[in-house]
Amino acid sequence: METFESFLTIGLGHYLTVSVILFCLGVLGLLTRRNLIVVYMSLELMLNAANLALVAFSYFNKSLDGQVVVMLVVTIAAAEVAVGLALIVSLARKKLPVWVNDLNKLKY
Amino acid sequence: MWETLTNYNWENIFSLLPGALVFYVLAGLAILFGILVVANPFSRSPINSGLSLLATVLSLAGMSVLLHAYFLAAVQVIVYAGAVLILFIFVLMLSRKEMKMVFTSTRIRYAVGTVIALALACLLLSIVFQMPAAAPVKEAVDGTVPAIGRLLVTEYLVPFEAISVLLLAAIVGVVHLSKPNTKGESK
Repeated sequence: METFESFLTIGLGHYLTVSVILFCLGVLGLLTRRNLIVVYMSLELMLNAANLALVAFSYFNKSLDGQVVVMLVVTIAAAEVAVGLALIVSLARKKLPVWVNDLNKLKY
Repeated sequence: MWETLTNYNWENIFSLLPGALVFYVLAGLAILFGILVVANPFSRSPINSGLSLLATVLSLAGMSVLLHAYFLAAVQVIVYAGAVLILFIFVLMLSRKEMKMVFTSTRIRYAVGTVIALALACLLLSIVFQMPAAAPVKEAVDGTVPAIGRLLVTEYLVPFEAISVLLLAAIVGVVHLSKPNTKGESK
């Protein structure tokens, strides 16, 4: 009875577990995939997992600060994706491959 | 048998059931599509990863609604699902040919990546499970537009302005990067 009700009472731990699983999936994608665009998607997954943790903490602490931080994180993520994808587009224009191992040199 | 059934606090359980059901469905969808983003067993195509990421983000927006972060859920749908994912798909269409290259020597990479991710998951989950349970929330603070807007222009004014400068820098950088090369640089 105890276990069944605690199974149904969604607490902070439930949300944090989902967040941790998604974050580690993002880490896995970041380390194993070689396509630069999929690496960016994994980064987005990690940011979203962190956002979920922030929103959950904000809800269970009855404060809105976490949600404001999530707004800022979403903005930063959008800017980061725009710059990263612009880099990918300029690589594609120069007919360079978008695999991370081949992009290990700066200009000089 | 009947004794144990009557022992249950049915009223409490019925009041908890809908919320818990929605949470478990959304969590399952988020994790399922999260797995499909990084390790889709059926296809390696980045476009499938992108669409799975879209589904993950939508599930997470649903969880934000469960946590009374209504404005944030709308922002996640608009910015992530509406802008970022469309950007991903556009770029995929623009660099389509380069996607078809064969990749080699990834087995050790997969092994190392899996070990590191699993170790991190064990570490973080052990911390989560050791944490004392948070008190259940009776009266939640709603994340409505006025409440969050007020916080953004009072307490968080400096980060808010810094973010606007960052966005401007990103715009300038993106325009510079995606401009065709006029000077004829070869490298």
